[in-house]
Amino acid sequence: MTERILSTGNDAVARAAIYAGCKNYFGYPITPQSEIAHYMARELPKIGGCFLQSEGEYAAAYMLLGAALSGERALTSTSSPGVALMQEPLSMMITAEIPAVVVDTQRLGPGTGTGGQQGQTDYSFVTRGVYGGIHYPVLAPYSVSEIFEFVQLAFHIADKYRVLTMVLTDFILGRMTEYLELKTFAFGPLPEKDWALKGKAHKGGRTDFLLTVTGMMLDIPGFFAHQQEKSNRIIDSETRYETYKAEDADLLIVAYGYTARVSKRAVNMAREQGIKAGLFRPITLWPFPKEALKREALKAGKVLVVEDSPGGLAEDVKSAVEGVSPVHFLGIQARHTASPEGLIFPERILQEVRELL
Amino acid sequence: MSQKTAITKKPICKRPTFRMLPLGFCSGCHYGIIYRLLDEVIQEMGVKGDAICIGGGGCSMIGAMAMDIDTFGGPHGPGAAIASALKRVSPNAFIFAVQGDGEQGAIGLGSFVATAARGENITVITMNNACYGMTGGQLAPTTLLGMVTPTTPEGRDHGMSGYPMHGPELVAPLKGVAYAARGTVHTPANRQKSKKMLKNAFQKQQQRLGFGVVEFLSACPTNWKLSPTDCIQFIEEKMLPEFPLGEFKNIERKE
Repeated sequence: MTERILSTGNDAVARAAIYAGCKNYFGYPITPQSEIAHYMARELPKIGGCFLQSEGEYAAAYMLLGAALSGERALTSTSSPGVALMQEPLSMMITAEIPAVVVDTQRLGPGTGTGGQQGQTDYSFVTRGVYGGIHYPVLAPYSVSEIFEFVQLAFHIADKYRVLTMVLTDFILGRMTEYLELKTFAFGPLPEKDWALKGKAHKGGRTDFLLTVTGMMLDIPGFFAHQQEKSNRIIDSETRYETYKAEDADLLIVAYGYTARVSKRAVNMAREQGIKAGLFRPITLWPFPKEALKREALKAGKVLVVEDSPGGLAEDVKSAVEGVSPVHFLGIQARHTASPEGLIFPERILQEVRELL
Repeated sequence: MSQKTAITKKPICKRPTFRMLPLGFCSGCHYGIIYRLLDEVIQEMGVKGDAICIGGGGCSMIGAMAMDIDTFGGPHGPGAAIASALKRVSPNAFIFAVQGDGEQGAIGLGSFVATAARGENITVITMNNACYGMTGGQLAPTTLLGMVTPTTPEGRDHGMSGYPMHGPELVAPLKGVAYAARGTVHTPANRQKSKKMLKNAFQKQQQRLGFGVVEFLSACPTNWKLSPTDCIQFIEEKMLPEFPLGEFKNIERKE
């Protein structure tokens, strides 16, 4: 029987990594995700793993790269400004096809942001890929048990396609406590990591050189053709989403992460009043489930994006349903208070739904 | 009476084996010599099968690409951080990071010092040619006072761009550092001394005594705008007074 425990979202990240066979963690403290590092610092030495606190996020992501060169699974976690500092190493990993997992427990706002409050303002930043024109998969869980599953899935996707994979959570998901079933998910077979650097004596005399210099390993069009072919395979096989009461909906709410939880509640409240609202929740933010959303939007006829930001998801939704359905937006201006504790409550979403129908 | 020595077929040293030749360095550049020494030492110590090279971004990477061992390269500056993590997850691998002086003293300074302070069991090889070779010879942390570069057109002035940086001396006092030295390869005698330094540094890694760094002075004829022979004179007369050769740290056991 699988063990059922209470866990925070941040602890679920760390537990999931260990359940996925990842024994290597690198990171630099930043609120609201430092508990992931606390967990790893406590637990990894017990299982012969490697925990290393770096001299900054830039170094943490390069350490992630260094550990992943060995072929072992490795994890780093950070929050918004930290992801900015990691951009170069993340792009290097994508270029040299070194797989690993990054968790962004996003905080609100640009600049330093608000360290300990909720927000969803990283959407555009993390879903448009790295500099150099290459995308990477981004998974968006909305519960602690999904965090536990998706971090494991992220390791699988990373190894399957040799691609950096991100899991995007936020302050609320990271700090909330829910039930969780501890188990290792089986996602299918994976290719052998025959490219890993182990020393030629351990690979039958063969040597590998992994370079981040675009065009040195392949010609330039060849490099991009290879990356594009890989992106297409990811789009075809890994695009994920979930719908809730969308079959007969007259209005489709689109939301991810914590606002998807709030929106689900709003859908239930609307249904109690006889209002046919439904929810479309993208699970992969890249690749974005464009076709499915277009299909659902066509059925509903009206779309409302709920997002605790000035609008990032809204852009993807607009481009997906362009010409099919009008897109309405309920964003950060709909918070219940101006202070950093502000939230978009289900009642506010319901009010918007009533006005639109 | 001269006594003829019998010709022996026993090699006195193995030829370096590179994945690609020529290495592609400019004529008169010393990086090729340094990579040859690296390969010789790795072969002589019998660690080639376990060796992994972390190259940087810049001219130093060209040689890393050619080494007949597992190699990663490209990023400019973070070699010490990458090597730290790889060594921690592969403690039996023999790991060294090769970097330029800009990577050691400017963009990668944070990771270089932090790695030294943590006492990581890795070896850092720095190639000091007093400029940024690949990008056009601009001011580096190691550029000599008065030296003209595209970003110090009137010569390096300490009031404007500070003083030359000394990487090995900087980290030598840190407790995590087992070995710190500076050598040069511009004369055959110095080449042999530098080879010994490399060996010493690598032995510290084998004995798990901590961090090791060897900096090599190197000519950059293209950017110094000097002939290869004038470069040797430049090293002798200008570089050596600023960058003393020798061992700044060499511990036999952990403190």
